[in-house]
Parts: sequence; structure tokens; C-alpha cells
Amino acid sequence: MIRYLLPLGLFIGLIILFVFGLQNDPRRVPSPLIGKPAPIFNLPTLESADVKLRLDDLKGKVSLINVWASWCAACRIEHPLLIDAANKNALNLYGLNYKDKREDARRWLHQLGDPYIKSAFDQSGKTGIDYGVYGVPETFVLDDAGIIRYKHIGPLSKQDMDDIILPLIKQLEATAS
Amino acid sequence: MTTFIRYGLIILLLLVGKPVIAADSPVAFTNPLLQERYYALIGEIRCLVCQNQSLADSHADLAQDLRLEIYQMLLAGAQDEQIIAFLVERYGDFVLYRPPLTKSTWPLWFGPFLLLLFGTVIAIIMIKKYGTDKATNTKLTESQQQRLTTILTEDSTQERS
Repeated sequence: MIRYLLPLGLFIGLIILFVFGLQNDPRRVPSPLIGKPAPIFNLPTLESADVKLRLDDLKGKVSLINVWASWCAACRIEHPLLIDAANKNALNLYGLNYKDKREDARRWLHQLGDPYIKSAFDQSGKTGIDYGVYGVPETFVLDDAGIIRYKHIGPLSKQDMDDIILPLIKQLEATAS
Repeated sequence: MTTFIRYGLIILLLLVGKPVIAADSPVAFTNPLLQERYYALIGEIRCLVCQNQSLADSHADLAQDLRLEIYQMLLAGAQDEQIIAFLVERYGDFVLYRPPLTKSTWPLWFGPFLLLLFGTVIAIIMIKKYGTDKATNTKLTESQQQRLTTILTEDSTQERS
């Protein structure tokens, strides 16, 4: 009996392993930055090279950093959702314009709308490296002390926004004040 | 004489041509030791954009940036450990092709040995079981032995005739 049950058991075990394994997305690499202070940056803003955006400007409030670029097709998919969320909620949403051209990025915002309070202009991509960015768009949730609480890789879906991001912001705001 | 010159030129070209190791990295080293460390490092680090390629193999934009970053850190006198720590801090252990031994990588490091042990145990059990079965079966009873002898002798007489 065991002669037939043992291979069958092994086979079923493998199938279960595969089913769970295939549900994991290998592109979603857990960030080591979660729970750590957000990397410091001091970058020119998209509108002017003379106006700076620093990490300290974000502190004191729960905020979102959305990494985007005009060359990024998935950002275009995500964009209406960000505009909608920024309109409906008082989000402290900042952009990190990653490895882009200033005119292209500005035109993009002009055409599609600008949900960001400000966008930092990271032309060299160095700040992107500090934030471990590898798949634009990416979205970080920072608490009022500037600690990274959550990172989303790839375009946000409505479900991600409603079920994860917005509740997390609410929860962080409740503990902050 | 012309063939000699032709071959000479080909050999000369092969000698002066620089080996292309990394995908388009415009780095120049004056110190060959640094160059060696650079190529060793970028071969050991995984590119997160094309996950089955190392930084050395990848043409991704991010891989180029990271190669440049590693190059600049090497020139600034950083140790290999510092450069690896820099990358792990930002991208996690996943960037390393040889992950460090932690609780979560324990199965990765020791799993194969466990499987080997499991297989060996199974093999030993099988060999013992079927091995002894055969050993007992080779002993014939007296009547079987008699039959065998008659068959063999019949066979040999047939062949002779």
C-alpha cells in the first residue's frame, strides 16, 4: 500500500509547492528599507532648479513618495488613480521624477494632470538608488517621523489604494497625533 | 610573404583588441587590481531589472548606473564589503548571487544535503530489502536443483547430437 501512497503523497506535495510558488511574483523583492528612516535627499524640484525639495520638508506629516517618469508606461496606467486619490483625500503626495528630462516630465504633468504637491527631479537616479528603486513606478509610505512604513512596486491598483495604502495612512495618522 | 604579413596583422589585432567582458561599461582603470575587483563584484551582484543576469551581463539602465556607482566607490577607496553592504542596504540580500546564511536562507543552504541524506537512506533501505530477497531466492530446493540438472544435461546432449 505504502508503495503507491508514497509517490502519490510526494506528487501532491510538489503540486501544493508549485501552486503556492507560482502565486509569488519574483519581481516583488521585499525592501530592506521598511521600518528604517527614509534616505535623505536634497533635490531640485521639477518646476525650478533653484527650488529644492528635501526629505525634511516631508517630515511632521504622513506622506507618500511616488517614483515616476514620463518614459514609464506603467506610470501612465497608475496616474488617473493618483489624481483621483489626491482629489478625494488630503494626501501628502510627493513625486520623485526618476531619470527623466525636465521638459518631458513637465509636459507629462501638464497633459495628464499633477497630483503631486511637488516633484523632486532626480536626473542622475542617485536618490532612486538610495531608495532601492528598480521598477518604476514605486510608491513609499512614510510616517510623520520619516520612517518608511510601506513600499509598493509597480503601478498601484484601485484595490491596492483602497485596501492597503489609504487604511495605512489613516492608521499612521491616528498614532502620529 | 603577403600571407605572412596578413596573419601577422590578424595576430596583432587580436593582441591589441580589448576583451569585452561587461555589457557597455565605459570604465577605465589605471590600477589592474581595482579592475579585477570591479569585474569580480559586478559578476557577483544580481541586476534587479533582469533578475537572471548579473550587473556585468545586464544592459538595463539601472545596471549601468550601479556599475558606475561601484566604479566610483572603488576609485574612492571603498572595500568590497562596503560596496556589497551599500547595495544590500538598498536592495536587500536578493542582489547577492551567494546569499548569506540567515534563518530564511537556511533551507537553501542545507536543503540539498537533507535531500541527499533522505535519498541515501531510501537507497540503503531498498538495497537491503531487495538485495536480501534475491539472496534467499537463489537457493534452490532439492527438487528444483534436480530439475535444473536434468534440464542442463538434456540441453547438452541435444547440442551434441
